[in-house]
Amino acid sequence: MITSLGPVQYLLLLQGLLWTLALSSVGFLCGGIGGFGIALARSSGLRWLESLASAFIEVFRGTPLLLQLFIVYYGVGLLNIDMSPWLAVAVALMLHASAFLGEIWRGSIQSVPLGQTEAATALGLHYADRMRYVVLPQAVKVSIPATIGFLVQLVKGTSLAAIVNFTELSRTGTLLSNLTYRPLMIYAIVGAIYFVVCWPLSWFGRAMERRFTPADRT
Amino acid sequence: MAFQFDFDAVLAYWPQLLWGCMLTLQLSLLAMPITLGIAILCVYVLQMRERVSTVVIGGFVEAIRNTPFLVQIFFLFFGLPTLGVRLDPNVAAILALGLNGAAYAIEILRGGVEAISRGQVEAGVALGLRSVQIFRYIIVKPALRAVYPAMTSQFIFLMLTSSIASSITASELTHVGAEIEAETFRSFEVYFTIAVLYLVMSFGLSRLFAIVGRLSFSYPTR
Repeated sequence: MITSLGPVQYLLLLQGLLWTLALSSVGFLCGGIGGFGIALARSSGLRWLESLASAFIEVFRGTPLLLQLFIVYYGVGLLNIDMSPWLAVAVALMLHASAFLGEIWRGSIQSVPLGQTEAATALGLHYADRMRYVVLPQAVKVSIPATIGFLVQLVKGTSLAAIVNFTELSRTGTLLSNLTYRPLMIYAIVGAIYFVVCWPLSWFGRAMERRFTPADRT
Repeated sequence: MAFQFDFDAVLAYWPQLLWGCMLTLQLSLLAMPITLGIAILCVYVLQMRERVSTVVIGGFVEAIRNTPFLVQIFFLFFGLPTLGVRLDPNVAAILALGLNGAAYAIEILRGGVEAISRGQVEAGVALGLRSVQIFRYIIVKPALRAVYPAMTSQFIFLMLTSSIASSITASELTHVGAEIEAETFRSFEVYFTIAVLYLVMSFGLSRLFAIVGRLSFSYPTR
């Protein structure tokens, strides 16, 4: 039987969107915490800690997100713990986000001139105070455009959860297209919904980039 | 009972795994020229500062950059047949990868072109070069040189993205992995091995691009 595209189907898509947003938020928030740790480790000045953090980053940047998802998804199954698929997907996205945000924020931390750190040290500030009052406030400003750019990547990345049968927006689209036999229409709508979420973010990121770029770039 | 890892069962399939790597590289290497070609063409059109084409290209770039690749490839592969355009999975994958990459490549290349000073172009005009020559030698080549690192990491990202083409059964490494998984039931080991292979390929490509870059852009700048 062929279902037509009515209010119920649109509600299902909206429900899918909620899962997409939930996955993105969890991935971004937990990944943000992990990424902060990675960024600090990567710019700590301790050789072994820096190589460890950079290996973590390289592994996640050098492999497809889809495979990261598969490995966590099937890896969790081996551990004999009862974990819902949604949690496995969230953990994979979190690890992925930690690596990428860690790399973005490392760059931002290192973009703060070394003289700032030296001056803070000369003033007798310890590592924690130096980071909190001197380096991080300046690094945060630099990091905003790239961080938002990655958030857009992450929202789009959650669509891969559909491949491990987690019903978020993309998989809702697939299910509906199988019911209605109107794949062109359905995927256009699904794409438009992602666009409505991502485009304002992209626009905001670019506006921030323009704002923080020195005016000498004519 | 503790789980026993069994990588031997997976590594026994090494000819298929190697073949999968070849297929992935083939898919990506076919998509890369499409990406670069569209990007250069679009940047050429943007140079003319014509209203309609600027809006069209801008719309294309925004539409691609703000929607997931999975939805794009589903749109091409499952959506287009309703309009009578039936694509082979591999063709759909190459097309989707090429178009997706192009949207990013346009932005990258445009950044490089904007950095070229007006005086260079004027010098070209003064020397009597034709506009195509100016575009090729004074605008595109130096711009490509300037954005080469960003462009190549985009290409490597394209190769990693091609794993998503397994969802429309295009022949590439992840799809080969799914077949091995179906025979061995060793999901974790299969995908772990494949992830390692992707890591090796992305390192390999980045080395290769570094060499190509050194060979193509080794002329002195001043």
